[in-house]
Amino acid sequence: MRREKKPYVVMTFHTTEEAIAMETYGQKQGVKGRLIPVPGEISAGCGLCWRMEPETFGLFEERLKQVPHETIVEIRM
Amino acid sequence: MIYFDNAATSLWKPPEVEEAVIRALKTAGNAGRGAHEPTLLASRIVYDARAKLAELFGVGNPSRIAFTCNATEALNTAISGILRPGDHVITSVCEHNSVLRPLYRMEKQGVELSFLEADEKGRIRYEMLEPLLQKNTRAVVITHVSNLTGNVTDLERVAVFTKAHGLWLVVDASQSAGVLPIRAEQAGIDVLCFTGHKGLLGPQGTGGLYVREGINAAPWKVGGSGIQSYSREHPADMPAALEAGTLNVHGIAGLGASAAYLLRIGTDNVWKQEKELAYRFAKGVRELPGVTVYGDWSGENRVGIVSFNLEGEDSGRISDLLWEDYGICVRAGAHCAPLMHRALGTEKQGAVRFSFSHKNTVEEVDFAVRAVRELALG
Repeated sequence: MRREKKPYVVMTFHTTEEAIAMETYGQKQGVKGRLIPVPGEISAGCGLCWRMEPETFGLFEERLKQVPHETIVEIRM
Repeated sequence: MIYFDNAATSLWKPPEVEEAVIRALKTAGNAGRGAHEPTLLASRIVYDARAKLAELFGVGNPSRIAFTCNATEALNTAISGILRPGDHVITSVCEHNSVLRPLYRMEKQGVELSFLEADEKGRIRYEMLEPLLQKNTRAVVITHVSNLTGNVTDLERVAVFTKAHGLWLVVDASQSAGVLPIRAEQAGIDVLCFTGHKGLLGPQGTGGLYVREGINAAPWKVGGSGIQSYSREHPADMPAALEAGTLNVHGIAGLGASAAYLLRIGTDNVWKQEKELAYRFAKGVRELPGVTVYGDWSGENRVGIVSFNLEGEDSGRISDLLWEDYGICVRAGAHCAPLMHRALGTEKQGAVRFSFSHKNTVEEVDFAVRAVRELALG
């Protein structure tokens, strides 16, 4: 596939509930991003993660660390 | 037709329930199974419904509530998930078979059972709690409301006992959810099992259980979870731990809408209206010749259930006459509560149960009183 990869920050979650909770939080707080399938490089076996651009993560980093999640990973995708 | 069988299932549902179900039927994908819009929409429906139920039940963390297809599945999950061979459980004779049969099955696997008895009015003998306590007592499994007498269990008193002895309090809220005020965390309830289609006014095929933080209920069923798919074990995180397989998102959409309705109008109002109708009906039939009304009517702590018999008449026959001659829908027979009937001495006759909705009217109740009067005098 020729589509160029770009850097992102993704948050993974323990459950779908946590993922939807993050989406709800993101919409309320204006955290630009969206839920996507967890990339295979991070974890095999389905699930959702919240993907955002590094600049967005930089703006909300401290607050996002307080949101229930599993890991926060930088990734090119 | 007049419907007085709301303890079996509520027939009147808020209009927004129907709208939510139809909308979900047309738009919802499979919750937690991917990231395209229809699946995310389904996950949001489930998330919102869970949050509303948490609010309704006084639960801080909605993730501690798992959806099931009814109270029976919730009770099976709870009972088989937290009890182990060698444990002792205290329950009561007021229980429905959805509590009794899972417990009897556990008994075969080495769980010991003891029963709180009830008097002739169906009142639980709470003074038996302490004498029944054993070293291996693990839990009290008890109904919040008898589906036969409409008596409300004194959960406060039971919770004092369970807390004092470090036991789990497992509550069957089939007849109370959506009607009685339930603040699960505050009330010391460790596991709360509910159905969606009775007082909660949602669709059939919905229900669930709240499991307190710190209790890991082993799942009754395992399988697809949408997460951790390469693990041989089902995920242990709530609510995924107890939600194997595709959820009934269409039903849950309706349940979320009915929970929102109840939060809006207030369960206190629902309880008050149902109770007023029940007291009016009981007052109307109590003095009729040959009528025996069951339950404890000494206080106000009841729900909208009135069970009675006409002397010498099979309850099934009475319910059929009510339907055939008057178009009145009620439930007769054993009500899946064999031990309660034994305590009341109505094993053979069963009982005629009227159960009211807050949407029933005084006129309907008065019509029913006239019908019972005609049968009693006829």
